[in-house]
Amino acid sequence: MDAIAYFLQRTIAQALPLLFGSTGEILTEKSGNLNLGIPGIMVAGGVAGMISATVYEKTAANPIGIVSVCISFLFAILCAGLVSLIYCFLTVTLRANQNVTGLAITIFGTGFGNFFGGAIGKLMGINDISILMTVDTYKKTLPFAKNLGWFGTIFLEHGFLFYLSIIIAVLAAYILKHTRTGLNLRAVGENPATADAAGISVTKYKYLATCIGGSIAGLGGLYYVMDYSRGTWDTQSFGERGWLSIALVIFVIWNPDLAILGAALFGGLYIADVYVPGLSGAQKELFKMLPYVVTILVLILTSRTKKKKNQPPESLGIPYFREDR
Amino acid sequence: MKVKHTGKEPLIRLSKRTDISIFQAIAVRAAAILIALLLCSLIVMAITGGNTGFFQVYADMFKGSFGSSRRIMMFLRDISALLCLGLALAPAFRMKFWNIGAEGQAIIGALAAVTVIKKMPFLPPAAMLAVMLCASVIAGAVWGIIPAIFKAKYNTNETLFTLMMNYVAMQLVRCCVILWERQPGSNDVGILPAGNFPKLFGVDYGINILVVAVLTVVAYIYLKYSKQGYEIAVVGESVNTAKYTGINVKKVIIRTMAISGAICGIAGFLLIAGTHHTINTGIVGGEGFTAIIVAWLAKLNPFYMLLTSFLVVFLNRGTAQIASACGLNSYASNIIIGVVLFFIIGCEFFIQYKLFLRHPRKKEGV
Repeated sequence: MDAIAYFLQRTIAQALPLLFGSTGEILTEKSGNLNLGIPGIMVAGGVAGMISATVYEKTAANPIGIVSVCISFLFAILCAGLVSLIYCFLTVTLRANQNVTGLAITIFGTGFGNFFGGAIGKLMGINDISILMTVDTYKKTLPFAKNLGWFGTIFLEHGFLFYLSIIIAVLAAYILKHTRTGLNLRAVGENPATADAAGISVTKYKYLATCIGGSIAGLGGLYYVMDYSRGTWDTQSFGERGWLSIALVIFVIWNPDLAILGAALFGGLYIADVYVPGLSGAQKELFKMLPYVVTILVLILTSRTKKKKNQPPESLGIPYFREDR
Repeated sequence: MKVKHTGKEPLIRLSKRTDISIFQAIAVRAAAILIALLLCSLIVMAITGGNTGFFQVYADMFKGSFGSSRRIMMFLRDISALLCLGLALAPAFRMKFWNIGAEGQAIIGALAAVTVIKKMPFLPPAAMLAVMLCASVIAGAVWGIIPAIFKAKYNTNETLFTLMMNYVAMQLVRCCVILWERQPGSNDVGILPAGNFPKLFGVDYGINILVVAVLTVVAYIYLKYSKQGYEIAVVGESVNTAKYTGINVKKVIIRTMAISGAICGIAGFLLIAGTHHTINTGIVGGEGFTAIIVAWLAKLNPFYMLLTSFLVVFLNRGTAQIASACGLNSYASNIIIGVVLFFIIGCEFFIQYKLFLRHPRKKEGV
């Protein structure tokens, strides 16, 4: 029982960056912007949070955990939002190609993150870059989590970002499906010309959805840095989480509420190889291929069934210029 | 939704340019690159803590790229790797098929080549290279055809499909690396014993440069003067027109992606036989993605791609040189490349559109 509970707890830890990333990307894609810069935005957001926490913890006279958390949280959102803003400015205002711009953002964002994540100690002239106080505050669990047996182990031994990720995903699903704003946003993503004719500001919706979506994705990076890897940045280990988030968007066919379950599934698959007995090293790697293969299958199935509800946003990846109609 | 009527002219008005001369277009792009480079110098100065002077940055970058004959050759090697992938993407993009999977197609090509080396060590060197090339081409083409078939049949979103195929390929490579690693847990296949190019121009990768140079010309001719190239352009412009004129659109999509994937496979083969002589997931090193930008910014023209890949490789090698001289990690070059790309991507707008500011003398409500 304990082993299963522990496995599920680790699954959630793996799932959170994906959940943040895909919730953000769903919002972005619903506006018709296929933001392939999400991997870069996640890295940039996470590292920005880490840097701001490091600077605060090393320079303040009496650093306080909660303040450090607020600062790093704010900087992560701000940085991820700003990078998304570059994407938006280039694709919406300057009408550049979305795929090309997104990939450039990923190059920039991962470069930014990996450079500063790796060189922060040298740039600040300090050897000890651990920010354990901030990390401990991020990882603070509910006080009664330990007393609730397996339920506590699985669901409560997480920092506040866990609850936040679920709240954001549910909220995003609610806004998309049940509010006027969500309806307008979906209209912009499905058919911007019609939305425009109906008096919806296509540009405003695209900007807001992309920047808010990017900020949410940035929290995925922040969770990874602060909670998962305890305040350190390792270039290699963040790996393909950004691209997995984009895969997850397809897997849950653009539903943020389903993304909660989908992220758990992907997270579980990501570490399941450790728990399945008798796998050789090579087979473990094949195991990790599953999320991508499953995503491809979902993509094929949705395109085959042609069910209106399950399609990608109609104008996904296609730029909208009023004059070009 | 309320619509506000303020009676105001918008601050900035746009109109499409039709009359821009080639010199103006070049001037706009040159200006964008210049501004970007100035900004880069500032970034580098900030990162290195002002230890590098403003113009010293450029001198260092130049030295990093062309400082010695060996560096020049490596510069050419990097260009050929990037350019080869760009060439592979050009036909697909011209068809408006977003092949984001060059990375995976190249890596699976490389894997196929290594498989040949591992499984058929008895082949004589020349035959070995020939079989490797065939295996790479087939593997790359298969990786390209799979998404193309579903695009042609069910109109499956090719951007997302090819993107996912990258990581399927990478996991396959990870799996094979573990099967072939020298010591358990080392994740290192080691330098492969066979399947290396003979030296040309005094370097292992001389043949890479030659092959890609030839390929550039061939790609240009194929796209511009062949019947198939024309069909690709028609499908890209309008699928309906293509159907109306009797072009078999499905066939063109699948054929073009086979070519695109096959050239990526060749790129993977060149990386094994000429450059790395070993395999891991990093051998393409994200160039499959960079090539997308390189190809697009060059307007899918093979010769322009030479220029764009030159720029990217110059920034990459140059900045890496500065970073390593200051003891910083080489990811700095990705920041610089990113910034320069933003400017080049953005400047296209000013080539396509003319801006009119609101006439200053006109008063509101008049």
